[in-house]
Parts: sequence; structure tokens; C-alpha cells
Amino acid sequence: MTAKIFSKKEWTQALEELKQAYRVFAPVKDGDFHTFMPLENGKQPDFDYPNSRLSPKSLVYPESERMFEFSLDESDSDAYILKEAPKDFSPQAVVGIRPCDSHAFQIVKRNFDNPEYQDPYWVQHFESTTLVGLGCNTPCSTCFCTEVGGDPFSEHGLDALMIDLGESYLVKALTDKGEAFLNSASGGNSADDAGLQKAEELAASAREQIKVSVPTDKLQDKVATDLFEAPFWEEVAFACLNCGTCTYLCPTCWCFDIQDEISGKRGDRIRNWDSCMFPLFTLHGSGHNPRDQKHQRVRQRFMHKLKYYVDKYQDGVQCSGCGRCVRYCPVNIDIREVCRKMNEF
Amino acid sequence: MENPYLPYPVRIDSIVTETEDRNLKTFRFVFINPEDEEKFAYTPGQFAELSIAGKGEIPIGIASSPTEKGFVAFTVNKTGVVTTHLHNMKEGDVMGIRGPLGNWYPWEEMEGKNVVIIGGGFAFTTLRSSIIYMLHPDNRPKFKDITVVYGARNPGMLLYRDELAQWEQRDDMDMHITVDGTDDPDWKYNVGFVPAITEDKITSADNAIATVCGPPIMIRFTQPVLEKLGFPPERIILSLEMRMKCGIGICGRCNIGDQYVCKDGPVFTLAQLKQLPGEY
Ligand SMILES: Cc1cc2nc3c(=O)[nH]c(=O)nc-3n(C[C@H](O)[C@H](O)[C@H](O)COP(=O)(O)OP(=O)(O)OC[C@H]3O[C@@H](n4cnc5c(N)ncnc54)[C@H](O)[C@@H]3O)c2cc1C
Ligand code: SF4
Ligand code: SF4
Ligand code: FES
Repeated sequence: MTAKIFSKKEWTQALEELKQAYRVFAPVKDGDFHTFMPLENGKQPDFDYPNSRLSPKSLVYPESERMFEFSLDESDSDAYILKEAPKDFSPQAVVGIRPCDSHAFQIVKRNFDNPEYQDPYWVQHFESTTLVGLGCNTPCSTCFCTEVGGDPFSEHGLDALMIDLGESYLVKALTDKGEAFLNSASGGNSADDAGLQKAEELAASAREQIKVSVPTDKLQDKVATDLFEAPFWEEVAFACLNCGTCTYLCPTCWCFDIQDEISGKRGDRIRNWDSCMFPLFTLHGSGHNPRDQKHQRVRQRFMHKLKYYVDKYQDGVQCSGCGRCVRYCPVNIDIREVCRKMNEF
Repeated sequence: MENPYLPYPVRIDSIVTETEDRNLKTFRFVFINPEDEEKFAYTPGQFAELSIAGKGEIPIGIASSPTEKGFVAFTVNKTGVVTTHLHNMKEGDVMGIRGPLGNWYPWEEMEGKNVVIIGGGFAFTTLRSSIIYMLHPDNRPKFKDITVVYGARNPGMLLYRDELAQWEQRDDMDMHITVDGTDDPDWKYNVGFVPAITEDKITSADNAIATVCGPPIMIRFTQPVLEKLGFPPERIILSLEMRMKCGIGICGRCNIGDQYVCKDGPVFTLAQLKQLPGEY
């Protein structure tokens, strides 16, 4: 597969040209944070960033997505009958995505694209996406990708990987999609041994920097009902505000709600991200609620990620170690500590 | 790409008010595109999402039996937004059905066995489907004795009263209708709670499978009765409810432990439920 080195200026120029073939998304500085945005209206990418505050999951799984539309006008022959809402599945490229966030797409793929049902929106958005990763030379203090099957330079799930060599980027194609992307980018030179060598060193040094230990090895063998009954849930949940920040920012949280919205004589069926942190999530019409207590909802979030998912798919936890929930929880609830508790229980 | 969220368009063919309080109605639907009826091939115990444009979707157990052709039926209790709107709709109105969804009662395992059916209140819907299905001449020989205990608060709250009366008359099944109480002096059937009538009428767990559907309190008190009779947890079948949206195991809403009630259920054995967190 092709590997090329672009000066940083060349790469920005190449992305500009790639906009003819792709809808190009990249991290853009937005106030104090970075957000993945389409490179339109003069928006400039900024790859010198720790990670985006909002995960890029919304590029494949928008926080609000129209599923169907319908007419409520009795004089229409198809009144009350749902029709597919038009969608844009033209090629898009997400450039500069961190390896943990690419890993997260692979984690949620098991849910949206399973042997029995394929979620047509997720699958088609994902298939139309080319993921161009960016290796993490300097992981954050909250990162723990290496503890959950990832790596700051992991190529898992990526179509191409960018590595910041200082003045230039080494860009390696990893799949046919990545090859097509890289071949459409003008400029750059074939990667030389010095560049490849330097990339190896950066990867090794990044791995070294992640010191935290979050063992998950014993989760699989625990009995789910024992962990569920463990005595620490009320204490873990004590300070939680049920604000939902953790699930909203998380690249591996996938729960959604479906709602109808009408305006005049027409309407849409829409799906919106939802959160197991909210009591309404499980409230029955009868008033019964299996998770009406805060600690039950907090337990659900951690049990889902660290036990139910592990049991269901037998291939690791439902967490990519991106650290967003750790960083942005207003009361410092830390999944790494909860995971240690569960693993040791 | 096939879209599992897209409902089949249907027309309301008939509406029957089932109970005295008018809170339960049975809706019969016909498919607007006849080929959709075949695609909607279902097995008793499954459910579907009833979809009303502008209001939303609700999961409802299928009350008709696949042996009844030309329509599908659901019995709906008026509770909140969607169910109330449905109760106000008329024959001829257009809406949608998405499904069939979920698993079904273990029909293969029930073959050659005595079948005990215990229902309470309006959770009798998929049990009606099951009874009609088993009594069909093609299917009846597959099962040994069929015993049904069905109870409601009072005679006016029983569903499917005409059919219950017919089942009472049959000699190829044992039907025990009961009410919690009644001031009707002509009441011909039992008076008493479902667990007590079960204890009274079911005499043996030999070669038998019991299916129980009803309000949580009824299930809680029926379970020990069945265990005392000798039903092992593997042969006690329950159907669960959870709040749902997608109905296909994707939206993450209806889990109990690692099981999604919409896809892995709603039918579980008591043995399976004992392995799961008691969060339902
Ligand atoms: C497998 C299954 C089978 C069911 N079978 C029947 C039946 O045969 N007859 C019947 O009357 N009822 C049945 N129910 C319950 C029925 O789904 C709820 O009463 C109904 O969803 C309430 O909707 P609503 O819009 O009127 O209430 P609201 O309280 O306004 O609910 C808003 C939304 O929440 C969700 N919701 C609320 N309560 C429930 C619930 N208990 N279960 C699932 N989703 C819920 C629905 O998406 C609903 O549209 C069944 C539920 C399940 C899970
Ligand atoms: S971000 Fe923190 S406080 Fe908010 S719901 Fe999550 S755990 Fe609770
Ligand atoms: S649980 Fe926290 S650390 Fe794990 S993927 Fe989600 S936001 Fe990132
Ligand atoms: S209703 Fe969506 S997962 Fe069960």
C-alpha cells in the first residue's frame, strides 16, 4: 500500500483539493475545544490537538436523524404512510480521527451491523466514510487505549493513518478506501526509510507515556448477577448528577430514542441519541420503572460497557479508552476506577 | 438496503370494545399491500410495533393466530399518548405495523406435552393467539392435554368473552375462568385469584409446560404454586415487558443484563431469568 510524506502545507492544500471528491471533515478549533467540522466556508483544519471534545461518532450516527417523512393531509393518497427520508450517502472523509475513536466505530459496529439486523442509516453512513487516522504522539493524562485493546498508533478500523513527523505528515494507506483517498491527493513524496523509522520511534514513545493500569482480564469470568449485586454501586453513583454528559460524549454509547415531529400537515419520524442516565429511558406507560434509582442507572452504564458487552460479544469491553467521560464528568466519576473495582470484585 | 424500521401500511378493519370500562379494544388490521401479509409471517408469542404517523410506535403482542388468515389483531389497553390516540381512531383509518418482532413460545418443545396456560388481566393476548393456534385441527394432535386458567378482576374485565364461553364447552381442552370477585348471581365460573385457582385445578406437572402471562403480582404468587406442583424452572415460560423503541435489539433500551427483551425475548424460561439481574 502507498505511504507518502507531505509537508504540512502540502497536506492542507491536498485536503482542499480532495473536497471535490469527498465531503471532508477534520478537527477545527472552536472556542476552547476542537470539533470535527466540514472544511467549508474557509474553515481550517488544526491537527495539533489532543482530541475533540465531542466524539466524531456523529459523522456516522448523527445526534438527530430523520428516518421517515409522512403526510397527514387526508387529500393525499399516501396520507399517514411513512416514506424513507432522503439522505446524503456520498463519500465523506474524516481526517485526523484518533485511533481510539476509530476503534470505537468497530465496537459499535457489532450493534448496528449484526447478523440479524443491519441499521440502514449507520451502515450506509459508515460505508460511505473513509477514516484517515492521526497517531497520538502525546497521549493525554486521561487516555487508556492501551488497556482496552487499542494503541496510540493503532491502525484498527482505519483506512489510512497520518503520523506527525514535526514538519511533515507520513500518510499510510491501510485499505483500498485509504489507497483511493491517498491516490487522489496531489503532492507528497514516497515515504523514505528515515520517515518510517521516525514514525516507529514516535509510536514507541507514545506507548511509553500511557502509564495507567486498568485491568479488564477478570471481567469475563465474573458472574453477571454477582457484579450486579456488588456492594459498591451506591458509593460509585453517590455524586452522579445524571447529567448524561458521559454518554453524550462517549464514542461507544449508541442508545437512541425514536420520536415523531409534526409541523402543519406533514411530519417526520426522527431518532435522537438517548441516555441510560435518564429515568425516562425505562419508564413504562403504567408508571413502573425498573431503573428509577440513580445507582441503578449508573450501574447499567458500567455493567453494559464492562460486563454485558463483554459477555455478549466475547471480544473486549465497550470502551475505547478515549477518556472523555473521565475528563468531562462534572463530579469526577472515573470509569478506570470503576473498572478496577469490578475486575477485582 | 432493507429498512427494518419501515412499517407495513395497514388499514383498520374492525374495532371491538372488549371490557366494560372500555379501556381495552381489539383492533383488526388488513395489509394495504397484500404481499405484506406473507412477509409478516409470525408465530404465537411474538409482538409488533404499531405505528401511527405523528404519534409514534408501541410494542403490542399479537393477539391473532397465524391460523387466522386475512388480518392481524391486537388488543390494546388505553394508557398514554399512542394508545389513547389509537383508541380514538376509526375503522378504515390508515396506520402501520412493523414486525413480527421477538421470539415466541417454545412450540417445538411443547409438542407431545401437556400444556398449561395461566393468564391474568389484559396480558392474555398472546395466550389467545396460542390457544387458537393449538386448537386448529392441524395442530391439536401435536399437544396432549391443554389446560387454561384465566382470570380478571370481575366478569366485565375478561377479554374475548364469546371465545371463552366456547372454549368452556369444548371437550378437547380444560378451561377455568375466574374473577377476583363479582356481584353477579348468575356467574357460572370460578371466583378467586389466579394462583389459588391454579393450585386447585392443576394437579400435576408430569410431562407439562406452563406458560404464565399477567401482572407482576400474579406472576409472583403463581410461581411458587407451580414450583410446588413440581414444574422445574426450565418448564415455566414467562413473557416480559420493557419500555421499547426499535424492537430489534439496536436502540439499547430494553435490556435485562446482556439480553434484549425485544430480540432475545419477550419469552423467557424462569430458568433463564434466574441467570439475569432482577431488573425488570
Ligand atoms: C412485548 C410487549 C408486548 C406488549 N403487549 C401489549 C398488549 O398486548 N396490549 C397492551 O395494551 N399493551 C401491551 N404492551 C404495553 C404497551 O407497549 C404500552 O402500554 C404502550 O407502549 C404505552 O404507550 P403509550 O404511548 O400509550 O404510553 P406513554 O406512556 O405515552 O408512552 C410513550 C412511549 O413509551 C414507550 N412505552 C411506554 N410504556 C411502555 C411499555 N410498557 N412497554 C413498552 N414500551 C413502552 C412507547 O414507545 C410509547 O410510545 C406490551 C409491551 C411489550 C414490551
Ligand atoms: S457525566 Fe458524571 S455526573 Fe454526568 S451522568 Fe455521567 S457519571 Fe453522572
Ligand atoms: S466510556 Fe469513557 S473512556 Fe470509554 S469510550 Fe466512552 S467516553 Fe471514552
Ligand atoms: S427496543 Fe431497542 S433494543 Fe430493545
